[in-house]
Amino acid sequence: MGKRTIIPIGPYHALQEEPEFFKLYVEGETVVGLDIELGYNHRGIEKLSESKTYEQTVFLVERICGICSTSHPIACVQAVEDAGGVEVPERALYIRSLIGELERVHSHMLWLGLAGHFLGFNTVWMWVWRYREELLNIMELVTGNRNHYAMMKPGGVRRDIKDEDIPTIRKTLDGLHGPLELFRDAVSDDPIIHARLKGVGVLTPEQIVDYGALGPTARASGVDIDVRRDHPHAAYGLVDWNVVTATHGDVFDKAVVRIGEMFESMKIIEQCLAKLKSSPGPVDSNPKEIPPGEGIGHYEAPRGEVFHYIRSDGSNRPARHKVRAPSFMNVLTDREAVLGATVADATIILAAVDPCYCCTERMAARDVATGERVLTSRELIRLSQAKTEQLKKELGAEGPRLNLEAM
Amino acid sequence: MTREATLQRIREALGDKVVDWFDKSEKRSYVEIRPEDVPDATRLVFRELGARFQIATGVDTPSAIEILYHWAFDKVNLLVTIRTKLDRDTPEIASLAGICKGTEWIEREMWELLGITFHDHPDMRHLLLTDEWPEGQYPLRRDFVQPGKEGGEG
Repeated sequence: MGKRTIIPIGPYHALQEEPEFFKLYVEGETVVGLDIELGYNHRGIEKLSESKTYEQTVFLVERICGICSTSHPIACVQAVEDAGGVEVPERALYIRSLIGELERVHSHMLWLGLAGHFLGFNTVWMWVWRYREELLNIMELVTGNRNHYAMMKPGGVRRDIKDEDIPTIRKTLDGLHGPLELFRDAVSDDPIIHARLKGVGVLTPEQIVDYGALGPTARASGVDIDVRRDHPHAAYGLVDWNVVTATHGDVFDKAVVRIGEMFESMKIIEQCLAKLKSSPGPVDSNPKEIPPGEGIGHYEAPRGEVFHYIRSDGSNRPARHKVRAPSFMNVLTDREAVLGATVADATIILAAVDPCYCCTERMAARDVATGERVLTSRELIRLSQAKTEQLKKELGAEGPRLNLEAM
Repeated sequence: MTREATLQRIREALGDKVVDWFDKSEKRSYVEIRPEDVPDATRLVFRELGARFQIATGVDTPSAIEILYHWAFDKVNLLVTIRTKLDRDTPEIASLAGICKGTEWIEREMWELLGITFHDHPDMRHLLLTDEWPEGQYPLRRDFVQPGKEGGEG
């Protein structure tokens, strides 16, 4: 056995959006173990929720996550509705699915951009995020906000979607089909992405089941689960769409599943927009009281099932409110997926479950036979300057020249 | 297997271990059993019937500390919650991590937030709270008082 080293990643890291602490145990370049420490961002939401009314609780859970900020509210209001036996008007069901799927597309685009960034494929990152902006513009138009939409409430939704906004939404979505196809082809045809992602970070169906992993993480390993289809809610039982699965369980298939899901989401959004025309009526059933009892609500967030449990004692606040986000189940699978991988692959494997986590790498190229460094920073600058000179000659342009010898 | 057949199989296999059975709706059932029967019930729903472990909820009530194990039967649109009640003074139960690895983190969470002891847990330590958290202080207990707010509730 070689010498075992710990590479600490986090808890605060320049490229991490959230504090998490990964201890990567390595022997040489090979990862032999992983320890994950959480809790740097613990806010006591469950306890806090016990002091809020049912309507306020929805605003609270909306702030659990900024990316899937409508998934928690959908699961939460469904838990309250399950506890109280509350009916929801049909129009509100379509609006719930519409907002939920718009969120899924922008969340998957966020992941795809980040995945490109982790791999050093920054063109993908810039382009995907540029088109994600257009979705956020739709969100602002419909809900008044780019994120934290405040659309859900027990019994329905807070705002209707105006008829005059629908053509704008349609036009923006139509314009997204082309770019989405471009990204699909960019990922599926690029030999470097194949080399970096295929066979990397594999999770078997048995591991998925044992850990209770969810969402695209599970579906990429051929575990065909999706709460939207399996436990129909909102409008998912009323529109035509498919669950996307893959079989290899590697990071590549997780990308394939997420990209496929964006197209399915677009299908759902278009059908919901069409159905809004034929189902007028109220968007809120205004439930007054939640009787004593308990209720469970769950929703397929972009990363997997979000779970909310509510116990009512007959007052206007939950006596107990349990929240489980999909990453709670998914992140622990990292310790299996990362085993035997190289340190360089560990970054994308840890990012594959989409916990918004990343890390920088430093690289040095060496000649394998002699062990000599072949590309020093000076050589890279010289190569870059040579290319600039060549371009200048071709374009006939003048520019400042860096004196390398003086550096 | 249909939804009815699934519920029927659970009913038969648990037999007189069932303390209470409540069908909240056709998609939601709550089954109460004694703490010592939880591992057997887990093997039944997880290993034999192929249910998916969603999560467990710990609840402090005036009479007992409850654990609710939520299981999803995705093929038949059914959620079964297995409820068990632990003694408030010495809440303890066997860990399920040996049967289903997905329970590992939530048992650590219920230990630190509610003070439930999980026997034979492979890796019991703090998950969300800091390592320096004072012993015997459980934030989700009803009698927990936030430090600095001893004056009263709120």
